[in-house]
Formats: sequence, structure tokens, C-alpha cells
Amino acid sequence: MTDKNENHQGLDPEVTEKLQQQSSELAECISSGDYARAMSVINELSEVRDQSLYREVGRLTRSLHEAIRNFQIDARSAEQKEALSKMSDASDRLAYVVQMTSQAANRTMDLVEESMPVAHTMRDEATALRDEWQRLRRREMEPAEFRELYGRIDRFFAGLATDSDTLYSNLSEILLAQDFQDLTGQVIQKVTALVKEVEENLLGLVVMASHVDQLTGTVHQIEEKEESAEKGVGPQIKAEERDDVVSGQDDVDDLLSSLGF
Amino acid sequence: MKILIVDDFSTMRRIIKNLLRDLGFTNTDEADDGNTALPMLRSGKYDFLVTDWNMPGMSGFDLLKAVRADENLKNLPVLMVTAEAKRDQIVAAAQAGVNGYVVKPFTAAVLKEKIEKIFERIQ
Repeated sequence: MTDKNENHQGLDPEVTEKLQQQSSELAECISSGDYARAMSVINELSEVRDQSLYREVGRLTRSLHEAIRNFQIDARSAEQKEALSKMSDASDRLAYVVQMTSQAANRTMDLVEESMPVAHTMRDEATALRDEWQRLRRREMEPAEFRELYGRIDRFFAGLATDSDTLYSNLSEILLAQDFQDLTGQVIQKVTALVKEVEENLLGLVVMASHVDQLTGTVHQIEEKEESAEKGVGPQIKAEERDDVVSGQDDVDDLLSSLGF
Repeated sequence: MKILIVDDFSTMRRIIKNLLRDLGFTNTDEADDGNTALPMLRSGKYDFLVTDWNMPGMSGFDLLKAVRADENLKNLPVLMVTAEAKRDQIVAAAQAGVNGYVVKPFTAAVLKEKIEKIFERIQ
């Protein structure tokens, strides 16, 4: 199809036909010197334009209503608007995800920080006992020392049982702390579905609005907003498909060494 | 060795703090963005700065530039630990005088290697 057809997008064939008819009539009137008739043709022309504009605005209003209904916002009461808004629900849901993940991270780190000293103590005591044990095997130990070692080994075994219980239960609590993944996963999938729906509805609105722009001949000057690399843009998604983004630490190191680092 | 850790997420600060402790650095403080970090650096006699890039308030990149522009801080070693992965950004950080750049997600081994490298170069 040609540009000519694309230019007609949004105008009813009825309207374009009328426009063509009237413009040729206008040309005829002017060439034959019938200026009074020419003026009235011009009036008719602008009426056609106005009418199709009204029709398009009507259509836009209807689709706006439709879109708002799709967002499930009851615009009549502020309270309902808040309660029924899927969008505000979505931000609540995302806040919940942040809260859950941070809770799980902190719980896990609490347990890890609690377990590390336990493991350290076990290792230290085992090392010390092994040295003593070697001395005993080399028969370098006095009977009194041996009696002390005897008690120490006893206490070590008892402690070993409690400490490994502690480690085991901390590990299984760490395991349980990962249950957020199931809940946050579900929440994020729901929000993603909503975002897709909103995107489709917005796209519909944009198409409608562009029809009105075409009829009125409005041209918008939209400034492109670029992400500020100085402020930081956050993690890169699909990094491996892009050239302007590093894919990992090795890439960073290569880049820096190419700069003489 | 006194180290300042700057990140807006407390979990990330905690992870870095733990990894540094395992490397033998126990004297650490925390700040949640450049605006909080800068006065701490100016008054606190820190030997090393570990900072994120993307933070509300003052970003880590602006913090780096402020540190390099400050007569008393300009020689402070700075390690950036960040999710910012654009090549332009890494080049910009290098030009602004960063001493090391670790991209998230990272491992304990990578953090250790970069920190050791920075101290080697200083000594």
C-alpha cells in the first residue's frame, strides 16, 4: 500500500469522498468566477471536518470509558477508586515482594551469622584435641594430663552432638526461609499479567488519540527522555544480547585492562 | 584498616560486611547513600571505600567524583560494587578514578581478589 492510503488512516471513506468532491467543486467555482458559491463550499468543507472530529472525539470518549472499565476503577467514588484499582493493588503486591525477600535475606543471614561461630568453635576444639591425642599416642603424656584429656574428650563429644543439632536446625530454617520464592513468584506473575493488560489498553488509547491528532492536524513535540547513566540505571536485563553492556566480571576486567588498569 | 560500606540495601551492606570480616577486616561502618557517606568520610579517617552506584540521593558515581575532588580524600582507594553494567559507565568510573569495579552478582572470591589487588598497588 502507498503513503496516500496511510494518510487516510483514521478518516472514514465517506469523509474523504466528500472532501474530494467538495474540493473539486471549489476549484470549479473559482475558475468560473462564482465566488459566493466558493465561500459556501468552504463553509461546507469545514463542517465536514468538524463533524468527523466530533465523531472521533465521541469514539475516543467511548474507548476511554472502556479502558477505564478494563482497569476496574469505579470513577464515581474516590474510596472505590482506591479500593478497586488494580494498579494500587499491584504496587501493594510489589511492596509485599520487597518485604518478603528482605525478610528472607535477613533471616538467612541471621542464621548464617549464628552458625559460623559454632562451626569455628568445633574446628578449634577438634584441632586442639587432635594435638593432645598425638601427644598421647607418642606416649608424651603424664597420667594426670591424660585424666584431664579424658574429661575433655567426653565434653567435646557431648558438645559435638548439641552443636551439630544447632547447625542442622539452622540449615533447615535457612531452607524454609526460601519459601518466599513461591509466594513472590506468584505475586510477580500476577503483576506482570496486569502490566501486559494495561500496556494493551494504553496502546488502544494511543491509537485513538492519534486519530484525533490526524483530524485536527496536531503535531506533538515529545522530548526523548534518556536514562541517566550517571545516576545509575540498575541491573541490565538480557545483557548477553547487547553490545553496550558487560556480561560479567571477566568482561569488566577485560575492559578495564584495555584502559590500562 | 577502617572501611566504609555504602549501599542503599541493608542486605547488600550486610553481605559485604560479612565477606570483609572473613577477609580479616572487622572495622567497618555503613552508609545508605553518598549524602550520608561524604560527611562520614570527611570526619572519620577511613582507609577504604566500598560503594554501590545506583542509590537515591547521591549516587556512588557522584560520591566517587566528590571524593576525588576533596583535597583530604582524593587518595582514598575506592571499590565500586554495583549492578551497573554498561561499558560507558565502567569507562566513566575508571576515568573518574575508581580503583576497582565489581559487577553484581559477585562471588566472595572476586571481591577478595579485587580488594587484594587494590592494596597491592597501594603498598
